Amino acid sequence: MTDQSLGQLGDGLLLATVVVYALAMLGYAGEQASRKARRAVTSVRASSQVLVGAGGPSVTLPAETVTVETPSRSGRFAVALTAFGWAVHVTSLVLRGFAAHRVPWGNMYEFSSAVALVAVTFFLVLVARGRVERALGAFVMLPVVLYLGLASSVLYTAAGPLVPALNSYWIKIHVAAAIMASGSFLLSGVVALLYLLRSRYDAQLTARRTPHFPVSLGAQLPTAPVLDRVSYSVIAFAFPVWTFAIIAGGIWAESAWGRYWGWDPKETWSFITWVLYAGYLHARATAGWKGKKAAWVAVAAAGALIVDYYVVNIFVVGLHSYA
Amino acid sequence: MTVRSEVPGDVKADEEAVRLTTQPKPVGLPRKGDLFGPLRIGWRQLTSMRTALLLLFLLALASVPGGFLPQRRINPLRVNQYIAQHPTAGPLMDRLRLFDVFSSPWFSAIYLLLFVSLVGCLIPRSRLHLKALTSKPPKVPRSIAKLPVNDRWETTDGVDDVLQQASTALRGWRVVRREHEISAEKGYLRETGNLVFHLSLILLLVGIALGAFRGFKATVLVKEGKGFSNTIISFDDVQPGRRFSASSLVPFSVHLDAFRATYGPDGKALTFDAAVHWAPLGGAEKTDDIRVNHPLDVGGAKTYLIGHGYAPHIIVKDTTGAVIDDQLVACLPQNAQFLSTCVIKEANTTGTQFGFRGVFTPTTVTDSTGHVGSSYPGLRNPVLTVAAFVGDLGVDPGTPQSVYNLDTSAMTPVDGGQAHALLPGQVFHLPGGASLTYVDTKQWATFQVTQDPGKGLALVASIGMVGGLMLSLFIRRRRLWVRVRAGGTDGAPTTVEVGGLARTDPERYALEFAALVRQLRPKALSTVVEE
Repeated sequence: MTDQSLGQLGDGLLLATVVVYALAMLGYAGEQASRKARRAVTSVRASSQVLVGAGGPSVTLPAETVTVETPSRSGRFAVALTAFGWAVHVTSLVLRGFAAHRVPWGNMYEFSSAVALVAVTFFLVLVARGRVERALGAFVMLPVVLYLGLASSVLYTAAGPLVPALNSYWIKIHVAAAIMASGSFLLSGVVALLYLLRSRYDAQLTARRTPHFPVSLGAQLPTAPVLDRVSYSVIAFAFPVWTFAIIAGGIWAESAWGRYWGWDPKETWSFITWVLYAGYLHARATAGWKGKKAAWVAVAAAGALIVDYYVVNIFVVGLHSYA
Repeated sequence: MTVRSEVPGDVKADEEAVRLTTQPKPVGLPRKGDLFGPLRIGWRQLTSMRTALLLLFLLALASVPGGFLPQRRINPLRVNQYIAQHPTAGPLMDRLRLFDVFSSPWFSAIYLLLFVSLVGCLIPRSRLHLKALTSKPPKVPRSIAKLPVNDRWETTDGVDDVLQQASTALRGWRVVRREHEISAEKGYLRETGNLVFHLSLILLLVGIALGAFRGFKATVLVKEGKGFSNTIISFDDVQPGRRFSASSLVPFSVHLDAFRATYGPDGKALTFDAAVHWAPLGGAEKTDDIRVNHPLDVGGAKTYLIGHGYAPHIIVKDTTGAVIDDQLVACLPQNAQFLSTCVIKEANTTGTQFGFRGVFTPTTVTDSTGHVGSSYPGLRNPVLTVAAFVGDLGVDPGTPQSVYNLDTSAMTPVDGGQAHALLPGQVFHLPGGASLTYVDTKQWATFQVTQDPGKGLALVASIGMVGGLMLSLFIRRRRLWVRVRAGGTDGAPTTVEVGGLARTDPERYALEFAALVRQLRPKALSTVVEE
């Protein structure tokens, strides 16, 4: 098989990945819909204990008080689909690597695909180890599908060799670490947003208000402490990796550009991202900053990461402008 | 527990036991008349976590303009362009140091305050941690049942057997036995890692400062067949640190034998390679290749390949036919296809001076209007297009002039400024018998020489940072207490009480605790349900 057709097969498989992930997302959503229906029945049955305002709308208790966990075929099928999509995703990246005779993260298209792969891998690991309910799947797969879809349409680059500056074994180390940290950070950003959603949902219930869309989606989510914990543990894993990625980048820059740090726009935004995540870790240990404020810091940090990859590469001139 | 006779000493001991942190305790307001009171409050404010957090966010915020706006130290040209494009806002932004963010007073103020706050936080924490490291785990709290995880059972084993079993099960913990009680603790490395990480940050700052003060950076353009030596005068541009002394320059010289660039069919660069020979002062000559990602390292001074371009070989003869110039002209690339501009000045002629303005195109294409262009960066169809001028170059020994600019204000264009396209080997005949010959094409490369005495320290600090971080994020600190009460002489069973405390990840500790209890109570008679 020629390099070109290998590359094309890899691209095709990435599209297939997007489709499979989208189907998985529907599976997760289907499970939630059926659970919601079941819960509605339960809440009617429990209505004698439920607060009913005089003439006002009836308010159901927070989800966990009435959740009846029954295994759903749709949910398990969705996890299986995600795992299958994951395998297709891995294959697509491996083929890319063979087509280009190098590591498959040499341009933004490949990089984005690898970042999404890390996020999905992490999510699957968390579900497999029972750290989080698979109900989170629909909310995690939606951004993954959008992200991959955008990456393969807007950022598409055919498989090819690297520019000389990237031709170093450091691309394996520095970029691999950056991808690992980024995939995790983006996942934690999504979870932090979901935490904020769930907190607002809980707050509205406590205030005896009926949550409307999109806050009403909070009912489908794991509890706020679970989301907070998941977001933290993902960041706790990614932060040392990100630190290492920056240091490896410094070592590479020292041999490629003659200095280990030079406030190039990409370096600056990596620094901002790093400082914000350091802020998050401190915030979680500071009175008055725990919970929602810390979650906002995690969201802001993920935002800085997105600026670091996309805005800097596309709009700002710097040494990292490769693709 | 029903004991209610609370002795202040015991309360304090209990507080100590459940305080699983080396974060300094909050201190009350200073006494009246304390002269240093306000200072002390200020210091406490500065070293508090809340202030540190605020400073961290400020640091991130202050870096943002540096991430969007062009910065003078990286790209002075783009800064000037930006200011020219924004005539009102530009100069104001410049005064606010928005184009020199990372050397601005406000940025420096933030990170210096942050580091002062860090030091102020580290000193007491290190002291407390040192104390924790050298002291025994705290006494068993009076009420084990009040601990977040706890269990209680009865067994027929003797007190000593139970304590022995517990000690064996607590391998890897720091265990201390006090009569019928065991206090155990583990995870000290968490705080060690935390302190190492923060100390490494300070070390990193020292390394960076050392490089900024005693470091040196210079660039030089070298044509094939020429060279340079690592001395201040041989460079085109020198950026020494504030405390740099020329005596610390490593003495060596480099000679560029040949430069080679290869390109893919689409014109994307594939490889750059500068074949050089070099020698330390008074040492033997060696050959090497300087490539991107592969600098030449001579005793800590590193030479990098940072740029390249074409240098047509030209010969200029005067009206008598004598060769007055035979050199490689460095042409500066203007686009990715290496359309380059060059200037040739002949000031050392008696009488009329010559000046040439040229455009060099490595793979030449001519459009319908007769304009030359380049369609590929490689050397496929090189053409040197030259226009000649005669008159006064305006060269004044007192004022330096750029070799890349030609001032034609006192010169007359030859042939009405008509440009002549020369292929290699072709001659441009000037009126009066003078001529310019385009012989063939060579190349030039720019090198950067860097000496940074702080980078070793910065690397050590970086390793300390990652190592410290991993310890502080992945090690979990736990305490465990065991109290055993003998059943008395009438054969009553022994009572065992176990309790634990974790500051981090208590959910996981609950599982670990359960596993430990399972191990400890193989012969338990029954579980006494609390309360």
